[in-house]
Amino acid sequence: MKYDIIVVGGGHAGCEAAAASSKQGLKVALISSNINNIADMPCNPSIGGTAKGIVVREIDALGGLMGRVADISHLQIKMLNSGKGPAVKSLRAQGDKITYPKNMLKELNSLENLDIIEAMVEDILVEDKKVKGIVTSDNKEYLCDALILTTGTYLKSKILVGSTNKEEGPHGEKCSKHLSDRLRELGFEIQRLKTGTPQRIDPETVDYSKLTIEEGDKHPWTFSFDIKPQYDVDKQRKCYLVYTNEKTHQIIRDNLTKSAMYGGYAEGIGPRYCPSIEDKVVRFANKERHQLFLEPESDYYPDLYLQGFSTSMPEDVQELMVHSLVGLENAKILKYAYAIEYDAINPLQLTHSLETKVIENLFTAGQINGTSGYEEAAGQGLIAGINAGLKLRGKDPLILKRNESYIGVLIDDLCTKGTKEPYRLLTSRAEYRLILRHDNADLRLRKYGYEVGTVSDEQYQNLLKKEELIEQLTNELKNIVISPKMVSEDIKNALGEELTVGISLYNLLKRPQIKIEYLVEYLDNNYDEEILEIVEIAIKYEGYIAKTIREVEKMLKLESKKIPNDIDYDKVNNLASEARQKLKQIRPQTVAQATRISGVNPTDISILTVYLKKEYSKDSSNE
Amino acid sequence: MNENICAISTALGVGAISIVRCSGPDVIEIVNSIFKGKDLTKVDTHTINYGHIFSDGENIDEVLVSVMKAPNTFTREDVVEINCHGGIATTNKVLELLIINGCRLAEPGEFSKKAFLNGRIDLIEAEGINDLISSESEESRKYAISRVDGNLSRLIINERDILVSLQAELEVNFDFPEEADNPEVTSEKLRESLTSILADLKELIDSSSNGSILKNGIDVAIVGKPNVGKSSILNHLLDQKKAIVTDIAGTTRDIVEGTITIAGIKINLIDTAGIRQTEDLVEKIGVDKSKEILSTADLAIYVINSNEQIDEEELSFIRSIDNVQKIIFFNKDDLEINADKSLVDEFIVVSGNTVSENGLKDLKNKIIELFNINEIKGKNYNFLSNARQIALVHMAYESIQNAIASVDGEYPLEMIAVDIKKAYDDLGEIIGATYKDELLDELFSKFCLGK
Repeated sequence: MKYDIIVVGGGHAGCEAAAASSKQGLKVALISSNINNIADMPCNPSIGGTAKGIVVREIDALGGLMGRVADISHLQIKMLNSGKGPAVKSLRAQGDKITYPKNMLKELNSLENLDIIEAMVEDILVEDKKVKGIVTSDNKEYLCDALILTTGTYLKSKILVGSTNKEEGPHGEKCSKHLSDRLRELGFEIQRLKTGTPQRIDPETVDYSKLTIEEGDKHPWTFSFDIKPQYDVDKQRKCYLVYTNEKTHQIIRDNLTKSAMYGGYAEGIGPRYCPSIEDKVVRFANKERHQLFLEPESDYYPDLYLQGFSTSMPEDVQELMVHSLVGLENAKILKYAYAIEYDAINPLQLTHSLETKVIENLFTAGQINGTSGYEEAAGQGLIAGINAGLKLRGKDPLILKRNESYIGVLIDDLCTKGTKEPYRLLTSRAEYRLILRHDNADLRLRKYGYEVGTVSDEQYQNLLKKEELIEQLTNELKNIVISPKMVSEDIKNALGEELTVGISLYNLLKRPQIKIEYLVEYLDNNYDEEILEIVEIAIKYEGYIAKTIREVEKMLKLESKKIPNDIDYDKVNNLASEARQKLKQIRPQTVAQATRISGVNPTDISILTVYLKKEYSKDSSNE
Repeated sequence: MNENICAISTALGVGAISIVRCSGPDVIEIVNSIFKGKDLTKVDTHTINYGHIFSDGENIDEVLVSVMKAPNTFTREDVVEINCHGGIATTNKVLELLIINGCRLAEPGEFSKKAFLNGRIDLIEAEGINDLISSESEESRKYAISRVDGNLSRLIINERDILVSLQAELEVNFDFPEEADNPEVTSEKLRESLTSILADLKELIDSSSNGSILKNGIDVAIVGKPNVGKSSILNHLLDQKKAIVTDIAGTTRDIVEGTITIAGIKINLIDTAGIRQTEDLVEKIGVDKSKEILSTADLAIYVINSNEQIDEEELSFIRSIDNVQKIIFFNKDDLEINADKSLVDEFIVVSGNTVSENGLKDLKNKIIELFNINEIKGKNYNFLSNARQIALVHMAYESIQNAIASVDGEYPLEMIAVDIKKAYDDLGEIIGATYKDELLDELFSKFCLGK
């Protein structure tokens, strides 16, 4: 059997990769060890979150699936940071762990060129450093021109609970025991990472009167730019806040040596932003309590997810720990928490297209690249799928820049800095976050999706219409001048002073106290909320955005200076030895990327720049 | 590209001879102006010339000067190399003189850059010269770090630590909004931290300005009402008729500059149009310009006509001149005294006139006193490479000012974070900090995060 592209793994990365490649008209196979686990959410039930919610919108803008599927599969949704400024707002939904995978499978089944195959992949066929296909555990060969590995935590995974461990994936699934050895043999550096998941609690056994309720927003939201909200805001499921206490901490301290992590039974490196509860208690010994969340997983089964309580303690200690929590004194644990270790490659061996530097036409995405999170995985899967397709179609790869998207920040961080812990996106990782907002993801990215073929004509036309409306509203605000007499009560109250001369709505909006909703009554046309929001942000924060754009321009200038693949850093005289070693290892593709490598200082950059001009633009320097 | 640049291109503190290299269109003239020996502007290219470097009549060092004229030089521009014999201190002094006379300190690798940009690539490939550049860049790399004075760099690291922890407090709220025990960042708290950083940076700028005084001199703006004799004072100080002097009030409309030396320090004199409420547009432009000059000057000499009474307008203007040192000069004290000096006795006051030049010497002495010139000159400031760094501290200062303004304007925190990050980055550039994840490290070590 021969495919253009084979995707190995049906998680969030795999689904996007398969969809993005098949939408380019290529013949694609998605191979999963268990079709029932496609788009599974083995850990927390949420989709989105700070920075991640913006990624979901970016995926949607590029024609990916996560946003549209989440929009019809959630139990609750809210806008995080809504009380703060526009650049850090982000949606987060509590996904339904049953309906999400079901709806995702429906999307995948609707794609014409996609076959879904159930099998465990154990070998990769390679000829002359170029990928040829895969072999499954039952010795079947599938040939392909490009291969995308999205194996998640299934490479040599080990489940750790206390001192016991089992070689299996989440839900006791089989894991791939040979694939990571094969990758090592092919020249990949393999690292061991760890993550964990907390207990699931029986909702019938919780005393809710002792817990604080966390509701969804009363404002309806969608991730997708193409979908109007279809859920009832009043019928959203509730989440609850729970706190640890001194008793909990004492139990943890008393049993620390029994934890897989602290007892020395684990070798993988866990993420700093998602520490186990024993980690939190040890590292922040002064904190009197830690906040936990109790969240529904689905409408179709009872389990509540005890967010923030992940641990690798043995089961008996977990019982004590859970019962020490106020409101959970009598709680029944339906599933125990566990830590999971798995193999991942070193992302420094990737190019920005997510093709590996080691084997041609082999792409990787998601946890295998050292990231964590459904959204991070999906974003990479989408880019890997797009670029595998573009490569086979003889086109240039789609490389998103740091000033264009969080996905671009994520991939650039991976390829430039690598990671020693499961990588999670944060808004603070994005130096240009003022222009990487949730509200403008389609304006930033949809055109790329259209060029690639993952965004439809209709979607693209809607974008153009939206852009027109934005321009029209901006002009209206500039052209309409109101006199002091016309000023409404709202405006007067907000300003706290009388206007003495006429002022354009545009200039009025620049004042921090004036919201665009106060100005709507003066406009000639009606506009959607989203158009109003975008224009308001652009006008109100013009100065700050301009500052960001100046920084972007500085970076882009360096980004346009390409470093040829064949550069021999040993021939670049005068580089500091640390810089030379890092440059040799990471092999940045542009000078801008080189500046982001720690240990490469500004002097090294100028030396490199001079060398590049000297060696690679001889025509212009000849006398 | 056409700037004159200079740098010490040998290893500091090693060997008996150190070479100061200059490159640029005017370097032969610049070196000639501090050189006693042959007239370097007339010597043949690629010659070595014996002589001495002089400054204000003082012999600084016995030197050999290589003159290499464009285009057959390393950079393809005129290049002069001064072989100094007197150790680090004199070499620094020579470098300082070059900077005072119009050279700029080269950035690390800038000679190679000029060489490259001017198309002298083939020479770089020649082995011997390659070694030379090699040593130059290697040294300039070390120099780039060491040229930040130890105290300065400690101060900057300290400010960056404060800034990064402030950032972390902001970021933790952006990235982990649901954590119960996040630090609350209030406007008051932010304003307090930022104001304290601002004060520290101001101190840094002030302490650096002594070095800057040696290098760039003191900018003195001569201000006052029309026809009080500002231009005459300037001309007497300059000993030349440069500003237009008439008896008609308001004739000085262009800003006139001249430079004198007081006790070996450059004093840049700037005449300004008379300041008064005016309807005349041309004159008004001059007045606006005067105010602008005042905002950047180091010293304002406010001239008052002793013959006339001081009115309210004048008083309020004098009081409005802040952020700059000022001396009140009561001019025309050879005429009848009608001005009441007690009105301005909170300021430094000097009297005199330009007819007998009485008091102009006092004025000079006051400047020496005010700027501690004698003391500054006696100290060995490691300021020479600091111009870029001072500029960066200034930029950081501005960013913090902007951040405070944003706090006052009640802008969202992530806008304020933009300026804080900018200040952090600018300060980082001074000490050669490279791209790192300090912020994330701070975030995760300080706060217990994550679900």
